[in-house]
Amino acid sequence: METLEQIKARIEAALPSAKIDIVANECPAGERSLLVDAANGFLIAKFLRDDAQLKLDYCSNVTGVDWPDKELTEKTRVKQVVDGVEKEVEEVNKTIRPGYLEVVYHLYSMALKHGPVVLRLRTENRADQTHLPSLTPLWRGAEFQEREVYDLYGVIFDGHPDLRRILMWDEFVGFPMRRDYIAPDDFEYEPTPHDEVLVEAKKHYPVEPKAEVKV
Amino acid sequence: MSAIAAIPPKSYEVKPKLDESGTPIGELLEISMGPHHPSTHGVFRMDVVLDGETVVKLKPVFGYLHRNHEKIGENISYLASMPYTDRLDYFCSMTNNWAYALTVEKLAGLAVPERAEYIRVIMAELTRLQNHTCLIGFFVQDMGALGTPMMYAFREREKILDLFESVSGARMMCNYMRFGGVRVDVNDEWIAQTKTVVSNYSKFLDEFGTFLTENEIVLARSQFVGVLPKELAINASITGPMLRAAGVNYDLRKVDKYGIYSRFNFQVPVGEHGDIYDRYMVRVLEMRESIKILEQALRDIPAGPVMDPKSKLRGFRPKPGEVYGRVEGPKGELGFYLISDGSPNPYRYRVRPPSFVNLTILEDMCLGHRISDAVVILGSVDIVLGEVDR
Repeated sequence: METLEQIKARIEAALPSAKIDIVANECPAGERSLLVDAANGFLIAKFLRDDAQLKLDYCSNVTGVDWPDKELTEKTRVKQVVDGVEKEVEEVNKTIRPGYLEVVYHLYSMALKHGPVVLRLRTENRADQTHLPSLTPLWRGAEFQEREVYDLYGVIFDGHPDLRRILMWDEFVGFPMRRDYIAPDDFEYEPTPHDEVLVEAKKHYPVEPKAEVKV
Repeated sequence: MSAIAAIPPKSYEVKPKLDESGTPIGELLEISMGPHHPSTHGVFRMDVVLDGETVVKLKPVFGYLHRNHEKIGENISYLASMPYTDRLDYFCSMTNNWAYALTVEKLAGLAVPERAEYIRVIMAELTRLQNHTCLIGFFVQDMGALGTPMMYAFREREKILDLFESVSGARMMCNYMRFGGVRVDVNDEWIAQTKTVVSNYSKFLDEFGTFLTENEIVLARSQFVGVLPKELAINASITGPMLRAAGVNYDLRKVDKYGIYSRFNFQVPVGEHGDIYDRYMVRVLEMRESIKILEQALRDIPAGPVMDPKSKLRGFRPKPGEVYGRVEGPKGELGFYLISDGSPNPYRYRVRPPSFVNLTILEDMCLGHRISDAVVILGSVDIVLGEVDR
């Protein structure tokens, strides 16, 4: 199979507006991946599927990854005058990398028996801009897996034929695979709560009225 | 989180069937089949719309066994996930162990000793034998032959589970493999016992085949029922015996050659029509190939250690990176996708379950068939709900 650089160059030749980055992978046995922009994601995937040299006709794995806001610390050495003497002082800059949701596709070719090409798409943020193009029109095999990513991560796939919750029930609120998801404290199930469970469970108990003592 | 507009549940209103002029003729019947229906192989539900007895619409509904396996995997260490993988496809715990161990070995760069590789192949092929045997038992049961054929299958399965029990301590939840090898070595007595079981297995397959392969009822119920075309099978990411029955020669043991599969001489059976009968035959032939692999592996197994001395079970922290590993499980491609951030727990732990993806085309296969055929078609997909729901 071609290298990722060659694939990237050919996609860029075919689709000039596409923005593609190669994401490095520090694990030597793992594959590097192509990070594509959401606007051109569908066309790039179509190119990968229909291209005669690649023929990635088999979409094996679709999954989501949650990357919450991350605080990045950058240390720089700055010259400062302290007590009349010029000194080099470390200055710490803190920047916040905004979080995003990521969907990863592992593509193989059954016809040519090669692969994988790893495709990544990222949403704008984790709150209200979580739309990504659905690749189910290209590979039926992504249908249930994209539904699962919607169900557990909250990525909304535009163009998916039947986007509903799949593992959780329809009325469920929240996306349980997100890293900041807090499970509802479900302490009432315990018939005889004790220790810290009891402390939590007491929040759910009604306050008992005290019996009035009559003299 | 509340900023995301929730997608309303789809309407499943059943509309009466119309004739050409637009007047309703008869009524469609909506049935919720399952989750506690014996033919659904677990807690699985099919929302079926019937016109008479013919299936007009079918939606699989699942999640009754959902425990968010992936979230659990992110909150515990790499090793602690190993016993949880047994519970995915509880028929094939050995293959699940192998898939997970293989992925972590790829992530951490561990080597597996020769003897352990052989033991893994033996365990995986024994698993394939017992899974396919049971499936054929269930499959005949779905057609109405209640009890007896399934018990024949389960009798043979128990012989293999006894072997698993004697080596790992558990019949089904084996928890046998480790990163860089297997937990305990097998002794010569065990190998001798396995040789006996394997050499008697072809006889059992012959016996089972006499009853089933040319059985009139099996032929009538399975030929040209639930046909899955080749193009759709590839497009819908179908894997395993389902894919090969549709005529696609794609077996990861040949394609990826993981482990030491390149050393064994075996063939990949491929079907022609993609119907239920082909799926049955592909599984029977696959068992015969498994027996060939087992005979070669049991003959050639070398002596030596079964664990990589470099592998650390406690305090295991692989370097950051991500990896996707896959094996050919009895039900199809079982994959694990791991992202490590250098901490003792994986940052992302994903299971790619074969039977979950194989359910995608259940509706396509069932449309136009009778409701009784839908049961057999579901049986031929070979699902295990522990894996579908995770």
